[in-house]
Amino acid sequence: MSKDGASDFFTTKLEDMVNWARKHSLFPLPFGTSCCGIELMSTLASGYDMARFGAEVVRFSPRQSDLLIVAGIVNLKMAPVLRNIYDQMADPKWVISMGACASSGGIFNVYSVTQGIDTVVPVDVYVPGCPPAPEGLLNGLLRLKEMIAHGETHSQRRERALKESGA
Amino acid sequence: MNIQKPVSSIYGNWKEKFSSQWASVLEALKNQFPEAIEEVLLPESHPVDIPTFFVSKAGSLAVLRELKEVHGFSFLTDYTASDEGGQKRFHLIIHLMNLSSKARIRMKIQLSEQETFPTLIPLWEGANWAEREIFDMFGIRFDGHPDLRRILMDVRWEGHPLRKDYPLRGYQVFLTPEPIDPELFK
Amino acid sequence: MNHENSRNFKVDAPLDIARWGFPATYDVTLKKDSDDIFEDSKVLVNIGPTHPAMHGAFRCMARLNGEVIEKSVSEFGYTHRAKEKLGENRTYHQFVVYTDRLNYCSALANNVAYAMSVERLMGIEVPERAIWIRMMCAELARVIDHLICVGINAVDLGAFSYFLYGYHQRERAYTLIEKLCGARLTTSYTRIGGLMGDAPEGWEREVKEWVKETRDVIDEMDRLLTENRIWLKRTKGVAIFNKEDCLKYSYTGPNARAAGLDIDLRRDQPCMFYDRVEFDVPVAQTGDVFDRYYVRLEEIRQSLNILTQCADRIKKGPIWSEDKRTRIPEKERVYNTMEGLIHHFKFFMTGFDVPTGEAYTPFEAANGELGFYIISKGGPSAHRMRIRSPSFWHYQGLDPMIQGEYIADLVAALGSINVIAGELDR
Repeated sequence: MSKDGASDFFTTKLEDMVNWARKHSLFPLPFGTSCCGIELMSTLASGYDMARFGAEVVRFSPRQSDLLIVAGIVNLKMAPVLRNIYDQMADPKWVISMGACASSGGIFNVYSVTQGIDTVVPVDVYVPGCPPAPEGLLNGLLRLKEMIAHGETHSQRRERALKESGA
Repeated sequence: MNIQKPVSSIYGNWKEKFSSQWASVLEALKNQFPEAIEEVLLPESHPVDIPTFFVSKAGSLAVLRELKEVHGFSFLTDYTASDEGGQKRFHLIIHLMNLSSKARIRMKIQLSEQETFPTLIPLWEGANWAEREIFDMFGIRFDGHPDLRRILMDVRWEGHPLRKDYPLRGYQVFLTPEPIDPELFK
Repeated sequence: MNHENSRNFKVDAPLDIARWGFPATYDVTLKKDSDDIFEDSKVLVNIGPTHPAMHGAFRCMARLNGEVIEKSVSEFGYTHRAKEKLGENRTYHQFVVYTDRLNYCSALANNVAYAMSVERLMGIEVPERAIWIRMMCAELARVIDHLICVGINAVDLGAFSYFLYGYHQRERAYTLIEKLCGARLTTSYTRIGGLMGDAPEGWEREVKEWVKETRDVIDEMDRLLTENRIWLKRTKGVAIFNKEDCLKYSYTGPNARAAGLDIDLRRDQPCMFYDRVEFDVPVAQTGDVFDRYYVRLEEIRQSLNILTQCADRIKKGPIWSEDKRTRIPEKERVYNTMEGLIHHFKFFMTGFDVPTGEAYTPFEAANGELGFYIISKGGPSAHRMRIRSPSFWHYQGLDPMIQGEYIADLVAALGSINVIAGELDR
């Protein structure tokens, strides 16, 4: 907070409001590669209905989406593609790593598998399970919303750091 | 061995059903290609579920053609390889099925590490990718294959993962996506 | 390659806007580089590896002439998880979990096929109840796999509500599977020589209720889509793959039966108790997208018949084989006796030895012939674990199948052959 405090006070409130808006309009890009993709479909379909949490409008173009859900294995052939897609998304952007394969390689500690996608892109929420049940993914989504509201995600922290450094 | 015990409740008893057909086919092959057939392992005397015979590299294409066109084994079920070590390091393994009687038969070809093998695409077009996979995983080259590229791994990958000397965790990292060869679309 | 450089738009004279015809001086030449992949009016389209219409991570690159595919090249390997290598490095029981991730739409069928192949190699017989439960598992898996295949195929061609009908029934089936083994998708239900646990009390009755419901839903789905004019136009005569092609490319399962290649291992080489149940094998003749769709729909009905028959005949009894080699020690013995604990520890740490031998065990999974070819040289893990996956051979046929078709029909063709990435890349 600067010495007079007036404008800073206003900025923080605006940021809160923007974050509130952001957390209620998530546009997921489903990066479904294997088994977890089927559970992601379950989450989107009628039984669990992700629309209840404001994240049902699935966008397949990275330019139109702000939430990357990596559902399933990312192997070494796929990792550069994932990085490309992440780079193409506009800021602010969030990443959910769904399932054991994406989070850590899971049971596949072999020559062809990335041992966790956090070696490729920054991850905000890890959802454990092989594959996680839809309830797990929904819980991860709610956790992400909390993080967005508090400005704790990688993307928002990066944004803040840039602002503070005056760039 | 245990495999000789008929496991009829789990799987149809192949040995009773097909043994006469297997015997007649193998007899005919032995008469026609006496120098090509190296060794025959029968379910009666060896721990295999279907007759497995080793064929020399030179005679293998003729034997396959005979099996396909005369004996009716026209369905290429599986085409793979295994790394056995030793002088003749690789075994090419071909599973064939007879579409009318549904009998199956297994044929093996022994190759040393540097040896190549003629492609089976003239007999079965589906052998194309199977051969690419064998090349990718074991490094066996196929003569006359139109497009012998890696199939599962990145084209820049070094080594062949399913060889016994390749480590289970031999990662190779690439920072850019796999390049496409424009020649493919000419 | 830079797009701007490859097309060199050369304008000799300034364009006279007043003349609206095509001026002779306006010359658009296409520069031909050595690496130019855009030939004249040809366009190269890349679909995948992360495209919504590709179910999973694979890639298809096509050279188009207008809208018609002239040549296409399919690529995969984006979900390669080295299961064959793992089969050589894990014990036979540890490998059960990897079989789930082959065709993850019907994991139960993979479990059954794998357990059967190791049992065949060891000469183990499984008690009757376990076999009936396994058959029910395989058929349940077939139904939910076909439901997702026809559903996604319809979604790709614009019929979203149809997918929801099928998916709702799939969710109900998940509940049944959860009751059986606690997991929804990756089940790991079978063990070598038995099952993870017995089916709960009254499970068969619940399956029968589900079958009754699903029959109605299938009829409704049939009425909803099959005679829809748009659906017929998008699928009839599209991406034909006839019997000769199927033989060339080793097609099995519903894709082969849609083209008139009448093979079904459940009928031709009956394993388990398939020779004791009655069912028909639906066979179509043309081999286009519609036939593949309709054969699958009909197969769901036949599988439901099998499920009812199994549920009627299943009896109480043991679920583990008499063979002590592969039997997991009972928990009561493990917790209360020293020998039991040591047995348990040894069993899970080192596994059990499988005698020398080799066997290829085919099984009619939802997509076609799923075969496990195991070479054992003794010891607790396989010398070579080959997985003959149907999707590998089906995906190979995609390129010849879509040659000369419209680019929009690529989506229909790919959805109809039901390629599953986990099974394709292994």
